[in-house]
Amino acid sequence: MEMFDLSVVWALIIGFGIMMYVLMDGFDLGLGILFPFAPDEDARDVMMNSVAPIWDGNETWLVLGGAGLLGAFPLVYSVFLPALYIGVFLMLAGLVFRGVAFELRFKSRRNRRNRRLWNRAFSWGSAIAAFAQGAVVGTYIQGFETQNGVYTGGAFDWLTPFTVLTGIGIMIGYALLGTTWLILKSEGYIQAWAYKLTMPLMVAVLVIFAIISIWTPMVNPEIWQRWFGNIRLIWILPALTLLCMFVLFWSVRKRREMLPFLATLGIFLFTYLGLVVSRWPIIVPPDYTIWDAASAPGSQLFLLVGVLFVLPFVLGYTFWSYWVFRGKVRVGEGYH
Amino acid sequence: MELDPLLLSRIQFAFVVSFHAIFPVFTIGLASYLALLHGLFYTTRNPAWDRLAALWTKVFAVVFGMGVVSGIVMSFQFGTNWSNYSQATANFIGPLLSYEVITAFFLEAAFLGVLLFGRGKVPQGVHLFAAIMVALGTFISTFWILAANSWMHTPAGFEVVDGVFHITSWAQAIFNPSFPYRLTHMAVASFITGGFVVAGVSAWYLLINRDLQANRKALSMCLWLLLVLTPTQALVGDFHGLNTLEHQPTKLAAMEGNWETMEGAPLLLFALPDRERQENRFELGIPYAASLILTHELEGEVPGIAEAPREEQPPVWIVFWAFRVMVGLGFLMIGVALTGLFLRRGGKVYQSRKFLQTLRLMSITPFIAVLSGWVVTESGRAPWLVYGIMSHAEGVTPSLTGGMALFTLLGYIAVYGVVFYAGTYYLTRVIRYGMQEQEEEKLVDDFETPKRPWSASHTPLDDNLTPEEG
Repeated sequence: MEMFDLSVVWALIIGFGIMMYVLMDGFDLGLGILFPFAPDEDARDVMMNSVAPIWDGNETWLVLGGAGLLGAFPLVYSVFLPALYIGVFLMLAGLVFRGVAFELRFKSRRNRRNRRLWNRAFSWGSAIAAFAQGAVVGTYIQGFETQNGVYTGGAFDWLTPFTVLTGIGIMIGYALLGTTWLILKSEGYIQAWAYKLTMPLMVAVLVIFAIISIWTPMVNPEIWQRWFGNIRLIWILPALTLLCMFVLFWSVRKRREMLPFLATLGIFLFTYLGLVVSRWPIIVPPDYTIWDAASAPGSQLFLLVGVLFVLPFVLGYTFWSYWVFRGKVRVGEGYH
Repeated sequence: MELDPLLLSRIQFAFVVSFHAIFPVFTIGLASYLALLHGLFYTTRNPAWDRLAALWTKVFAVVFGMGVVSGIVMSFQFGTNWSNYSQATANFIGPLLSYEVITAFFLEAAFLGVLLFGRGKVPQGVHLFAAIMVALGTFISTFWILAANSWMHTPAGFEVVDGVFHITSWAQAIFNPSFPYRLTHMAVASFITGGFVVAGVSAWYLLINRDLQANRKALSMCLWLLLVLTPTQALVGDFHGLNTLEHQPTKLAAMEGNWETMEGAPLLLFALPDRERQENRFELGIPYAASLILTHELEGEVPGIAEAPREEQPPVWIVFWAFRVMVGLGFLMIGVALTGLFLRRGGKVYQSRKFLQTLRLMSITPFIAVLSGWVVTESGRAPWLVYGIMSHAEGVTPSLTGGMALFTLLGYIAVYGVVFYAGTYYLTRVIRYGMQEQEEEKLVDDFETPKRPWSASHTPLDDNLTPEEG
């Protein structure tokens, strides 16, 4: 039984799931945030068409992560959700409206008023969901007030200047994922618009990430310790993030189509890893490690069997749907 | 007035669960019906089966989508409003809910797309296989959810260490004492729901003379199914009741409206239960009948609600009346199914406008019956979350305030209101424009939409079917 540590295995699985979610739902939430600023209705069609076949597959990872947490690390579930009560509600409401908008906007082709309504549902839903997710990250850095594994803080403890900043940071970051995705998937004036937006968004991301990086060790002495303590290796990750930013800058100037998106994924990936190693193995900050938060080994094992069976299928399906819907999306043309 | 987070959380959960339950109870039955239609088309090559399959696949796509959306919200409710419960029972509930999610995704990833979009693109045999797998998937999902729910009623296979449930036997925990009855009762309910909805819609198509050939077949099939299943459900319900008598006697007593344990108890048809006075203010019943049904003896002993201390009694009034609504509707359904058999002579079943109109109205009744059945079993469990072990008050999130719970309750009502309105409105349009072949071809050409569950139906949402410059 002691061959491998189930809690570590589960932490890796859930960490992987959350990363997949952030990378994949990030760009389609980003498109929703950019939606109101699009040059025209045709551009909005292209934006929505470029993600319509894959967005719910992307959200699969959120649900898989949520259910996995309850099964493997119930403490996370029972502290995070009450602490972020209002935020979780806003995120769910945002995602629901957005999901319905995906379905019904296309069915409202002929009625302009209806269409505007679904446009708004899509952009507001995306913006609120993105902000709420950023606030979760901020709250995770900030930590939770608990007693004997029970959340004891108030309803709005999560809402601080710091979490507002992380919320806005994620919104801008997702928007950047959105523009670079659009560079990849569109052409002509829509692509030109996406190129134009990418630079200022990147600068904004750089500024906000810098502020958060300075602020984080100040809100959290333990992270300070780790960053400036013994483990200098951690500094590789921000260095890689900066490298990705440079690649993004360069590839946009060179009008590359694929590279900007990959570079932006890299920015998110290395920032995420940076956050994880700053905290590992704490999962409910400031006090609880993955082993404190774990469910019974028997339960973790029971669930592991099913997850390991299904994960290849979900990955395969994900890869397959991206492959089927590869290539440019053109105005007035949907997928079949 | 002080806002009570516990009460509001219970209302919120009841609202979300009830709203969610409507969709799976329909899709489970419908998925099997789709598999059957595909099978019939595959073996007989009669295009009528294909036309029916095309319509009901669209309906399935819309309802399935609504079920998924409301289900996601539900899974987060455990953590937001019942965090102590989640923490204590996660060793069991966590893996089971996860397995439900895993099944649903596995099914969606592998087969739902083929079922919804494969018509004419994949070989018929593959399409049929996908339909069967989707139907199977809905049952596996039901299996996990009902195992989790049954365990809360009749917990088994666990030990409690420091307030946390640890599973000692997965087999005992999953196949807990009430699980087989609950699963069967629910599965039959799903088939009956599907049967009455399909019968109602087919009846409407017959009333307006649309695709008579296919819809007569559909109606006839449904009526045979209902003729068998509605009495079967009464029988299954009776067995479930006996199981409840054994494991949750107080709940059963509340269903019967019986306050004091007695021999030769009457079956109450009408009563006004009064919890203050611990008795009924008015009763109208059949002497000895309750004892006869429950113990198969005229003088058999039926437990009374007063056996449980007052604070451990469920809300008798709700349980008593919800039970009567469910049973009453059940008998109504049996009556309609028998009428159908009677009208079959001379093919009157397709002609009698009165009967067809009745069937149309009946399509809503299984939903009401299922929801009231749900109320009986869940309210009957009160005040327990895990029967006899953990109460609602112990399971609720400690940091939750009444204001927060009220805010999200109103929020969910608003969100679901919009979803339900848009979904139902859209569904009625799918049905209204369904089963007319040429029309559909035209609509397909009009709409170049991406591959999404609802894109399986090409009906537009706008009322105005003539193009308007936009």
